[in-house]
Amino acid sequence: MNAPSPASAWVLETDCAESGLDPETVKGSMLGRIREMRDSIRRGLSTDAPSITGMVGWNAKGLHDAPDVLQAPLLKRVQAYAMAVNEENARMGRIVAAPTAGSAGTIPGALIGVADHLGLSDEQLVMPMVLAAGIGQAISRQMFISGAAGGCQAEIGSSAAMAAAAVTELLGGSSRACVHAASMALMNTIGLVCDPVGGFVEVPCVSRNAFFAVHAVSSAQLALAGLESFIPPDEVVGAMAQVGRMMPLELRETAEGGLAQTPTGLAVTARMEGK
Amino acid sequence: MSLLDMIGPVMIGPSSSHTAGACRIGLVARQLLREAPASTRIGLHASFAKTGKGHGTLQAMVAGLLGFQPDDDRLPNAFAEAGAAGLSFEFHDTDLGDVHPNSAQIELTGAGGERVGLVASSTGGGVIEVVKVDGFRVSFSGASSTLLTRYTDALGVIARVASLVAADHVNIAALVCSREKRGGAAMLCIELDGPLSPAALNFLSGWPEMDWVRMVRPIMDAGDTIGGGDVPVLAGTTA
Repeated sequence: MNAPSPASAWVLETDCAESGLDPETVKGSMLGRIREMRDSIRRGLSTDAPSITGMVGWNAKGLHDAPDVLQAPLLKRVQAYAMAVNEENARMGRIVAAPTAGSAGTIPGALIGVADHLGLSDEQLVMPMVLAAGIGQAISRQMFISGAAGGCQAEIGSSAAMAAAAVTELLGGSSRACVHAASMALMNTIGLVCDPVGGFVEVPCVSRNAFFAVHAVSSAQLALAGLESFIPPDEVVGAMAQVGRMMPLELRETAEGGLAQTPTGLAVTARMEGK
Repeated sequence: MSLLDMIGPVMIGPSSSHTAGACRIGLVARQLLREAPASTRIGLHASFAKTGKGHGTLQAMVAGLLGFQPDDDRLPNAFAEAGAAGLSFEFHDTDLGDVHPNSAQIELTGAGGERVGLVASSTGGGVIEVVKVDGFRVSFSGASSTLLTRYTDALGVIARVASLVAADHVNIAALVCSREKRGGAAMLCIELDGPLSPAALNFLSGWPEMDWVRMVRPIMDAGDTIGGGDVPVLAGTTA
């Protein structure tokens, strides 16, 4: 679509100055990662083999093969792509962490989903992906990006913010719009806990990636229409970090609260411990 | 974290912190020995202990000790691979105190009897931090080349090591040192912008104060699109 935003060009230049790598090398690696993401999507959509626990494995293919009753092909594609990646992940398959494995489906779901919907090439996704990485860097300087440290808000919130900025850039948004897309995605994720059933990256992680891939696309839509985050981006990151620090250990990936402690969640834990 | 750490690593699932990070902890530990590892005892702390089994954390650490990268297809079968490679392992739960919830302690013994121990944390997205080596406080991520030396505390040793590094045209990014007591055993941990030359390493190893010297190569190769499971280059010399 448009030329890269000044923001993504700045991110690339700054990071290469730090690492000493050639920008073209980084772009080449990024393209390689986009293709790896595509492979995960393809594998995930073509199988309904169960995960390690048997809790997930057929969701992506199930949705992909189902009729589009809402007549919303973009929505369906984004959701199916995101779950395909996370179901591959749950099968101990090969994925690209973005920024983590538990949140690996959000960026490919949103960015590759939108690109395929509009018929764009993988090469056009490279600079948006660089910007996504830059947003992730900016967040991780103030905040943690693991569920164990800051709850799911830190993981899926970061991936959704990164994806929102990337989709905004892909569709020709200004640098300012990209950053506000990220900020809006993040501010609407604050408070989300990490309560995986049995401690496995499956429930709610797989469906959560479908939801937050859509969340990222929504955020891009608002930003592209000129809407902005009322709380400035840096302050939103600060607020999320504060909430993360207040979050009890039980809700930070320990499987000691929330969905993990439901009767059904406990039954899964007991069954897996017996194995 | 570099751009390629944020979008990456390419890895075998299911968890960047519990699988990829765990594998990288193994990759660092592996490089602290100059010989093939023969046996290991691994203590899992907090979240690693609670949810490690479901995340393949145990297999991932063994895979790292075997030199497999996080995207190596052999990672899920690391236990069998360890058997073939002559590496025995045992796991236990442990409490390492006030460290990141995703932490582990690895005690490693080499085929020729060399021993080393470390404590490391997996802080998210596959990024790790080594916080202790042989009981000494250190801090390095393995993202860049890292020089570790265990030596006898004496006047000017740190300055001389820094001068040697500068003379080798390598810039120091970060430095941590700690010692048991004045004039006692000490450790120097220097994160570098590039590797030290073999000649400089050899020279350093010959100093009478040096107990051992190790060069840890970057475990997060920024240029990697696809890692492919190469055994990391080992470098290490002892006095």
